[in-house]
Amino acid sequence: MSADLDRPAERPAGTEILSGTGAVARAVRDAGVDVVSAYPITPQTEIVESIAEYVETGELDASFSRVESEHSALSAVMGAAQAGSRTFTATASQGLLYMSEMVWWTAGARLPVVMAIANRALGPPWNIWGSHTDALSQRDAGWSQVFAASVQEAYDLTLAAYRIAENEDVMLPAMVNLDGFTLAHTMQPLELVSETAAHEYLGEISIPHELDVENPRGYGAMTGGEDFWRFRRRMMDAMAAVPDATRGALDDLADVTGREYDLVYTYRTDDADVVIVGLGTMAREAEVAADLLREEDGVDAGVVRPILYTPFPEDEFAAAVGDATPVVLDRSTSFGRGGILTRDVVMALDRPVASVIAGIGGQSVDYEDMARIVRQAEPGETAWFGGEIQ
Amino acid sequence: MSWTGEDTGQQINDGHPACSGCGMILGVRHLLEEAGEDSTLVIPASCASVVQGVYPYTAFDVPVVNTAFAASASTASGLRQAYEQQDEDTNVIVVAGDGGSTDIGLASLSGALDRDDDILYVLYDNEAYSNTGFQKSGRTPGGAQTTTTPTGRIGRQKDIDEIVSAHDPAYMATASPGFVPGLRRKAEKGLAADGISFLHLHAPCPPGWRIDTDETVEVARTAVSSALWVLFERERGGEYTLNNPSVSAFRNPDPVAEYVEGQGRFDTATDADVEALEEQAAQNIEYFGQFTDREVSPR
Ligand SMILES: Cc1ncc(C[n+]2csc(CCOP(=O)(O)OP(=O)(O)O)c2C)c(N)n1
Ligand code: SF4
Repeated sequence: MSADLDRPAERPAGTEILSGTGAVARAVRDAGVDVVSAYPITPQTEIVESIAEYVETGELDASFSRVESEHSALSAVMGAAQAGSRTFTATASQGLLYMSEMVWWTAGARLPVVMAIANRALGPPWNIWGSHTDALSQRDAGWSQVFAASVQEAYDLTLAAYRIAENEDVMLPAMVNLDGFTLAHTMQPLELVSETAAHEYLGEISIPHELDVENPRGYGAMTGGEDFWRFRRRMMDAMAAVPDATRGALDDLADVTGREYDLVYTYRTDDADVVIVGLGTMAREAEVAADLLREEDGVDAGVVRPILYTPFPEDEFAAAVGDATPVVLDRSTSFGRGGILTRDVVMALDRPVASVIAGIGGQSVDYEDMARIVRQAEPGETAWFGGEIQ
Repeated sequence: MSWTGEDTGQQINDGHPACSGCGMILGVRHLLEEAGEDSTLVIPASCASVVQGVYPYTAFDVPVVNTAFAASASTASGLRQAYEQQDEDTNVIVVAGDGGSTDIGLASLSGALDRDDDILYVLYDNEAYSNTGFQKSGRTPGGAQTTTTPTGRIGRQKDIDEIVSAHDPAYMATASPGFVPGLRRKAEKGLAADGISFLHLHAPCPPGWRIDTDETVEVARTAVSSALWVLFERERGGEYTLNNPSVSAFRNPDPVAEYVEGQGRFDTATDADVEALEEQAAQNIEYFGQFTDREVSPR
């Protein structure tokens, strides 16, 4: 049906104003993904609604499966990837938790699925706004994870995620995170890559263990203790290859777009005494806080924002922080331990850091709040933005 | 190829580790002979995931994708989608147990039925969770002992066929390892159907049912002759068609007690349990009896 519709053979690059969800969907279109399956959940839904429209209007020659749950969405794209297709799904919050079994399964099956997460808090109580605990709760499942901080990054990182996941040394699924609402639903100008350039950048997908009836093999069968560890060990090595694969993917993308990214983004860190550390949009806002601290307090402040979160780029991160005092703004909770990001930061720096749980569930934290947090934060302590509970 | 290196023409190799007398493996062997080598199996957690063999060996001569317990229908859907995108018409066949189909995987089965994805879904029904040591499933008959119903299951089997039928699949059928030609014919029809098909295979399980390993076929036949297991099929939009073994059984059913007495799992069944099973057989005869005029002969 879709073949009957006219569409331009080439969609040129250009600038458009899109939301974060729109940018991810556009990247999926430009990547020429083959199989998409998803289940609606706020604030992700717009991503797959846009993709469904691309598919139905013939702008994207893909198969889109409307499944009955997130568990099925990820198992469907897993099956499709096992057959050798390039795949995409997206979810958030409860949807990601409902998928969790398949999150592990796809990684263990070494399938380069790409999934976007419009990060949202987990219930109860119900809350549809931003938090990072959904994605961070899956940190150890064997997916690489990147965090976008702008509409442009959401687009660029989605394209790059395919290159990372499909890298022959990696062959692990990849998650692209974008903050629910603050990024997912915010419109910003976006520079697009032409479809041809996107296809050239990604190349043909090649999954070495794609199914082949001529050479039948079983995937995922029972393994004993003499073999199981080998599979996990290989995953560990594959994950260790992610930073290089990411660097390569981002460098090659820079050749196409002129936009350069490092694994860790820094802002005014060269002479910084204090750095604010965060993921995604919070760390963007923190740049304004750093400016304010420099102007009003005379404090040399900067920002360090990991773009690659899993595996945590410890060396780049430590180098970016240098000797500055880190204040971590953590939009996640590990009950009994503090913030999840904070644990990774402590591991990377091996010294006490100030950690503030801030901005969870959509709690508003603007740059003035952040400046105030920096003024009060104590290394070695975990504090909550919002103070004591009355 | 068999493990002796000979090509047996079968898609299941000698030496697979299923229990002797396993009704599931008997049925699946015939099914795969019909399907041929251009097929891909999807198997969730179950006995089937064990009988395929332990890495690095495999008992199957077709590719097998293992998936999570609740995910077989959706994994198969994704595979089919990808094959369609790639213009491949390889058979995509799910082999899943009653637990994985009627309990934890019911939502994904329902989803695939609803989307009418072109897959053959084979539910082999050993009427319990055998792989984990024979616990109760939705398909455990009333009065049957399992490790979680040690004094016998209360209630009756979940009627998965009516649930599936309500989705109006392209083709659906019940089958029995006691009637192999019919089983093979239905597998062939299911594979050829345009859309989703569902094959519900009775699968006596010697260790779980506590029958001797050479009694599988006999017990499977008694289930049919007592009208507890009804052999029928149905094409999209049509009515049930009752198959000959059940047509004969309905005319002159064997006593349910014969079926029950042969199996250790009914050792604690009370008279009331047996009466309830008799009632179930009578209801089967009354309900499916309406469709006797549309009988077809198994080959
Ligand atoms: C999410 C999840 N819960 C529980 C299990 C444990 N489990 C594995 S197989 C099985 C029973 C399978 O029963 P059934 O589908 O009837 O197949 P059978 O074992 O009888 O062949 C269970 C409970 C699992 N693998 N995954
Ligand atoms: S336990 Fe039952 S179903 Fe499982 S392999 Fe043995 S006989 Fe077959």
